[in-house]
Amino acid sequence: MKFFPLIWATLWRKKTRTIFTLLSVVIAFLLFGMLEIVDNAFSHPSTGVTGADKLITTNKYSLTLPLPLADVQQIRSVPGVAEVTWISWFGGYYQESKNFVFALPVDTDSYFNLHKGEFVVSDRQMQAYRNTRTGALVNSALMKKFGWKIGDKVPLHSTIWTKKDDGSLDWTFDIVGTIDVKDPTQASAQAYTFVFHYELFDEGRSFGKGQVAWFEERVGDPSQSGAISGRIDALFANSPNETKTQPANDFTLAFIKQYGDIGFVLRAILGAVFFALLFLTGNTMMQSVRERIPELAVLKTLGFGDGKVLMLVLAESLLLCMIAAVIGLALSYAALPIIKMGLQGVELSPTALIPGVGVAVLLALIVGAAPALRAMRLNIVDALADKR
Amino acid sequence: MFKQFIAVTAMSLQTLPQRIGASSVIVIGIAGVVAVLVSVLAMGAGFRHTLADGGRADRVIILRGGSDAELSSNLTRSDVDIISNAPGLAKDSSGKALLSSELVTMVNVPKFDTGTDANVTLRGVGLKLTEVRPELKIVQGRMFRPAVRELIAGAGAVKQFRGLDVGGLIHLRNADWTVTGVFTSNSDVHESELLADVDTVGSSVERNGYSSAIGLLTGPQEFSRFKDALTTDPQLKVDVQREREYYAAQSKNLTQAINVVGKTVAIIMAIGAMFGALNSMYSAVAARGQEIATLRAIGFGALPVLSSVMVEALLLSLLGGVIGAALAWLFFNGHSVSTLGGGFAQVVFQLTVTRALIVTGIIWACVIGLIGGLFPALRAARLPVAEALRAA
Repeated sequence: MKFFPLIWATLWRKKTRTIFTLLSVVIAFLLFGMLEIVDNAFSHPSTGVTGADKLITTNKYSLTLPLPLADVQQIRSVPGVAEVTWISWFGGYYQESKNFVFALPVDTDSYFNLHKGEFVVSDRQMQAYRNTRTGALVNSALMKKFGWKIGDKVPLHSTIWTKKDDGSLDWTFDIVGTIDVKDPTQASAQAYTFVFHYELFDEGRSFGKGQVAWFEERVGDPSQSGAISGRIDALFANSPNETKTQPANDFTLAFIKQYGDIGFVLRAILGAVFFALLFLTGNTMMQSVRERIPELAVLKTLGFGDGKVLMLVLAESLLLCMIAAVIGLALSYAALPIIKMGLQGVELSPTALIPGVGVAVLLALIVGAAPALRAMRLNIVDALADKR
Repeated sequence: MFKQFIAVTAMSLQTLPQRIGASSVIVIGIAGVVAVLVSVLAMGAGFRHTLADGGRADRVIILRGGSDAELSSNLTRSDVDIISNAPGLAKDSSGKALLSSELVTMVNVPKFDTGTDANVTLRGVGLKLTEVRPELKIVQGRMFRPAVRELIAGAGAVKQFRGLDVGGLIHLRNADWTVTGVFTSNSDVHESELLADVDTVGSSVERNGYSSAIGLLTGPQEFSRFKDALTTDPQLKVDVQREREYYAAQSKNLTQAINVVGKTVAIIMAIGAMFGALNSMYSAVAARGQEIATLRAIGFGALPVLSSVMVEALLLSLLGGVIGAALAWLFFNGHSVSTLGGGFAQVVFQLTVTRALIVTGIIWACVIGLIGGLFPALRAARLPVAEALRAA
């Protein structure tokens, strides 16, 4: 530690060069941090309010084929299933197709029992929701986005369901309250939530009655998920509507994987960035040592051992990379809200940045190795004479 | 003056090999930026090409009014009957309208790269398929037959998803469907799909009706007459679009997203590479300090010195740009990938490194080089002659 002032001074020997090198490395780590966050979001997706104790049952052969609502009785009787609810796609938007609303027709009792303790809805608003046939509970961020207030009548356009009464695709709801998630890390993933009564939906639609898009189950013991899934699917094997039950996390992950091997793309980009960075930083370190050969010789004359000189150069490289990495990663953390705007509904975790520190150490060792070895092998007499 | 410029530039380029370490930093840094930029934009270009350039101007798609995609649309049999009598539709020799009523559904088929299930479009198509889509060609096996569970697979889908070779089986609702052939269709979006007889698909998924109707007009100019006839018909509630416009709208969001992400990453990388270039050029100027001072002392002007530094930076970055674009082309041009396209279904497309993208990449390289060279060049031009000479 006592050598820190020495290392610090040599680092800033050529200010412009150090600053430019530092900035390049900062940029590389900013990019590293941002891409890591994105990669992490795709490989460990948030599953919204669906924790480890939730299963999803869909049609085995196609996500777009419905399942009969009547299946719910059989699923409920499966040992280990604590609660089951059913949901249908609605394909909703408000006024324009870009104003997507994740509107879900839900069965009030089973849905809120299944997600017990996960949502924040005031008792009074919950009561109002139960009493209003056309009632809807809406995420407060979504309310703010469209300027909705409690008591408003809002029309949602469904791209799928025509109404039985007038054949139109426009459904009108009364907003009776707000529904938010307790877990703040899930807030952005749930920002489009709009729930309304399944009964109203099923009675109102002109076709598809008694059919649901998927079932969601809560199990008592998450370690039994595999066995319970198997039991549910066995119920419907060889029926026209075979099912596929899987943990909610796997379901989400499989869906996100459909976007392709995003991890590969990100790793390829980072590969290019760090390959270029090796040359850049390596060149800086090499130049820096080359210029200081007489100084290093003086250090050796003063009694610094070969090992110590090696460590001094490596420490300089480490210091350079670490300062830059910390700044770069901090910047990418600061950019988190911007990334979130682009990746709606995907949860982002700052823990994705931790590997960056390891990468910085690795980078420092690789680019520092050659100049450090050179410094170590210096022959005092030649070096003092500045014979290179 | 021009002679001076030539002399100084030649001199600086001759000494370039001595500064190979610092110079390669510029080349490699910029090659990285350009390679990433061109590859990512090639993804957007390929996706757009597959979706938007596929349609014909004289082909139309009819959806239920208010549905923005085939998957959420629903047309009844009587809707299709009315549509088939609309003016402007091309007819076959027996006088039947060239209209294919289609039913779109999804089947889970595992993807090769991730191993997990993906939503592949199974499109039920009408008997007029080959007349409505003349570009469709069976390249392997044979066409499916109606009324039996047979399907043909697009050439793109075969490459991306497991089990779609001729003779393969796809399971859907308690029954196996046999792949009888592989088709191409101008590398458009349908090459990502599976095609089968519409009524067989309908009975399999228990749907009585269609998702869309695809019609061929007698000419592109017939579009408004055809559209007006349908949209003013009180018995119908449909949206009529040219096929090309429908797919362009479907691809818009993802193409935009790819371009925004690609350019953002490339801009950040470019800033990094610029610092690298600045560094290298400053050290180049420092290394040539005496030489430059000598030139100035014997009467060379500031401008030739400045330009020589700029030319050096520009040449190095140009080299980097060309290498980067070449790498992108070599590794990724024609590389086939698939993603979730507009509206839930897998779209298979090829990365396309177009000439325009290569030009874009090289322009970026030159801009980075110009900025990276400018400040060091100014320093070189302003170098105090006496001091620099004495520094030896």
